Amino acid sequence: MTDLTRLTAAELAAKIHAREVTSAEVTRAHLDRIAEADGRVHAFLHVDTEGALAAAREVDAGLEAGHAPASPLAGVPLALKDVLTTEGIPTTCGSKTLENWLPPYDSTVTRRLREAGIVILGKTNMDEFAMGSSTENSAYGPTRNPWDHERIPGGSGGGSSASLAAFEAPLAIGTDTGGSIRQPGAVTGTVGVKPTYGGVSRYGLVAFSSSLDQAGPCARTVTDAALLHEVIGGHDPLDSTSIDAPVPPVVAAAREGARGDLSGVRVGVVQEFAGEGYQPGVLRSFQAAVEQLRELGAEVVEVSCPNFAYALPAYYLIAPSECSSNLARFDAMRYGLRVADDGEHGAEEVMSLSREAGFGAEVKRRIMLGTYALSSGYYDAYYGSAQKVRTLITRDFTAAFERVDVLVSPTTPTTAFKIGERVDDPLAMYLADLCTIPANLAGNPAMSVPSGLSDEDGLPVGLQIMAPTLADDRLYRVGAAYEVARDAAAGGSLVHQVPELEAAK
Amino acid sequence: MTAVAELMDYAEVIERFDPVLGLEVHVELSTNTKMFCGCANVFGGEPNTHVCPTCLGLPGALPVMNGKAVESAIRIGLALNCEIAQWCRFARKNYFYPDMPKNFQTSQYDEPIAFDGYLDVPLDDGEVVRVEIERAHMEEDTGKSLHVGGATGRIHGAEHSLLDYNRAGVPLIEIVTKPITGAGERAPEIARAYVTALRDLLRAMDVSDVRMDQGSLRCDANVSLMPKGTSEFGTRTETKNVNSLRSVERAVRYEMARHGAVLAGGGTIRQETRHFQESDGTTAPGRTKETAEDYRYFPEPDLVPVAPSREWVEELRGTLPEPPWERRKRIQEEWGLTGEELRDLVNTGAADLVAATVDAGAEPGDARSWWVQFLTQQANAREVELADLPITPAQVARVIELVKSGELTNKLAREVVQGVLAGEGEPDEVVETRGLKVVSDDTALLTAVDEALAAQPDVAEKIRGGKVQAAGAIVGAVMKATKGQADAKRVRELILERVGA
Ligand SMILES: [Zn+2]
Repeated sequence: MTDLTRLTAAELAAKIHAREVTSAEVTRAHLDRIAEADGRVHAFLHVDTEGALAAAREVDAGLEAGHAPASPLAGVPLALKDVLTTEGIPTTCGSKTLENWLPPYDSTVTRRLREAGIVILGKTNMDEFAMGSSTENSAYGPTRNPWDHERIPGGSGGGSSASLAAFEAPLAIGTDTGGSIRQPGAVTGTVGVKPTYGGVSRYGLVAFSSSLDQAGPCARTVTDAALLHEVIGGHDPLDSTSIDAPVPPVVAAAREGARGDLSGVRVGVVQEFAGEGYQPGVLRSFQAAVEQLRELGAEVVEVSCPNFAYALPAYYLIAPSECSSNLARFDAMRYGLRVADDGEHGAEEVMSLSREAGFGAEVKRRIMLGTYALSSGYYDAYYGSAQKVRTLITRDFTAAFERVDVLVSPTTPTTAFKIGERVDDPLAMYLADLCTIPANLAGNPAMSVPSGLSDEDGLPVGLQIMAPTLADDRLYRVGAAYEVARDAAAGGSLVHQVPELEAAK
Repeated sequence: MTAVAELMDYAEVIERFDPVLGLEVHVELSTNTKMFCGCANVFGGEPNTHVCPTCLGLPGALPVMNGKAVESAIRIGLALNCEIAQWCRFARKNYFYPDMPKNFQTSQYDEPIAFDGYLDVPLDDGEVVRVEIERAHMEEDTGKSLHVGGATGRIHGAEHSLLDYNRAGVPLIEIVTKPITGAGERAPEIARAYVTALRDLLRAMDVSDVRMDQGSLRCDANVSLMPKGTSEFGTRTETKNVNSLRSVERAVRYEMARHGAVLAGGGTIRQETRHFQESDGTTAPGRTKETAEDYRYFPEPDLVPVAPSREWVEELRGTLPEPPWERRKRIQEEWGLTGEELRDLVNTGAADLVAATVDAGAEPGDARSWWVQFLTQQANAREVELADLPITPAQVARVIELVKSGELTNKLAREVVQGVLAGEGEPDEVVETRGLKVVSDDTALLTAVDEALAAQPDVAEKIRGGKVQAAGAIVGAVMKATKGQADAKRVRELILERVGA
């Protein structure tokens, strides 16, 4: 029998729905793979073996009874980032503060996954409260990149990207505030999409920065990501910022793109995302990808987005400001870690000491930054100015999309760096999100798709594709066309070259 | 404990200073559900039974705006002659306190839904004072804490605290006046009259229970003094915990006298929050902080802006009721009351209630006598405002109707009202459950009459002998036997019939 863990989600779904294999068998194969590989990779914080098998058996029973599958992905397993609430299943956000917290409710994404018959294998590791680009800020230890265990798998969603690259799951959910889906996708050779802000409900997504956070699909192929996107997307009355419009036709777009023709598509190369700070091998991979797009028939032009240069500093005012308020609720009064409640300390001291003990250094750094930026007398200079930059970036996008259909850039300036290399240098760490942040600030959708290996270190590189708001389908058309062409030229899917598969033998 | 404050004689305060008032009134809206979630908005209930992930501030939960609350906010703004914002947002007011689940309050800040209005406030002598309204904005209420142990009942010094989040997320409208100047000696009276007028208006609009005793209407009174002849406002204090209309007046007067003494003694007023103490009519300082609280307001990113269309605003303007003071003017004419009679009605808080009872179908005379006599006694006995009695004008009108139709005697009607006040339901339900229908079935009455006559043969003999007034004793016995449900007149007729036969 073929190794079920090597198949795409679409292939698995086809086999399950054709009753060639049961969802329980597929789920069991992935649970076995997790048991075998996760000691090395540490992608998961919690594996819900019983829950996953029960969900799989339910799908099988439905198919057995002759019911149509609940969705095109019914029966396929998935790894869920530990920032989305799951009723009765621990949700820690990678923080000591929420160790042992059992949410009393499912996030809307969780609910939609369950309703679609998708089997949730467990919860994946992440930088604490999604703050970081390496998953080293998890209170539960780092996740290792399946391409090189000495290196980071990206962040904050390093657990989700690593679970895909380690073939522990064919699908995963990430959340992207400044690049936390796309950058991990790039450094692990997987696909990650940040949908249009408001395209996927944030209800039950534990907030880091409310105006930037967006959940999205992670997969090993563009088509799988599209199938997952359609499951989780769509209006949710429980999220006031959710867009009341149909989900863009992303699956159809991926199928169209896979035919390999991009004639008439105008692609803009963002001039500002090159040069100093960019690893030469990353830029060479990017140039090759642009060349490939041209060969597919796309018209490629250079586009300048001058205000993108201010995106990173603006982001590091807006995101910490919102986080300082969002994380205020972790005060030990109702849930979460509580220390010093010994009758000697008052409520305010218990709050303060619990927060001291429960939050890691990066979270505290951002709470302090944000508290300062919002302070009376500083608000206009910091938060106010950052909001103006946000408007300027949106204008850059608007102007660019008058000329081109999509914009492209490298997803991240370098390949996966070594674990520990940037932990003492927050600014170097923040640069990992240089190219991904503009789309968060403007709210438009963006994707990272593997563009091969960097020639100097043999590590994966990601091509970022950005589209206008609500034109998520364009990402999938261009991404799928590029993926097919690249794989054909390279003789196969990049992620199948991951050394972790060899390690298993 | 703090020392007793020095007070200046009130007349001297007025002679030397001009008071400046600012009143902030919080009104809990009586919407079915809370401001940002689907939990029931009801007063009381077992602690923490009207809660959900959103109003408990659980990780990941999000707010969704209550459309009815926005509608009420706009109507209140219109009734206060305010401009209604074309576009406005909520903000987050950040501070840590255990009864606030998110440790920020979702509140409007610099973009209120309504602003720049006024309220014409009638004083006791009929003079009308215009109070300018700065703004009316929407926000959510906090939970309630109960601090157990310790002397002050506040968080400091308490042994432990209990938290009830049923109130967390209840929709509030905060109505803020512009500084009220030139009030002179009538400042305390104007403060009370303003809150009274506001309460009557909101009640007529049916947007809130406006119960000061239950906290659905709360008033914070800002008071400062400036020396006569100057125009720069003095340092103000904000007095909270003012739980009745009378307390509003007392608190303002007390603070004026206290400020006067401090300023005259060469001292300075500290800008602070003070708590009114109902027991002795004084105010005491709250906890002083070394630094002013910085709430770090910023626009609430979890909500979308509120942009009420002008059509909707005009539609809502059409739903405003006749203002209470206009209705009073009208009823004075319609009922032919003297100014004094109307003022008595207004001062006892009965005017609007009587008018509403008349609107519900009762005769003005009946309505007046119920509210001014029996119900006023009940309110006094319970030490609540007449309007805060748990009975509605419609219920009073129904009781009056039952008396008119002969189904209740006046005595039974009072029992029915007692039942309604005791929370036993609508008048008809009380009649049913307490079995208070007038016994008009003669057969049942005759049995009672016969029994009473048989029990007192000597009295029966006297009546038979022509001493008709002796029938009173038998009537009394029958009424006792029928628990007062018989019509006394009919009983007397039956007795005379029986004895004569
Ligand atoms: Zn609720």
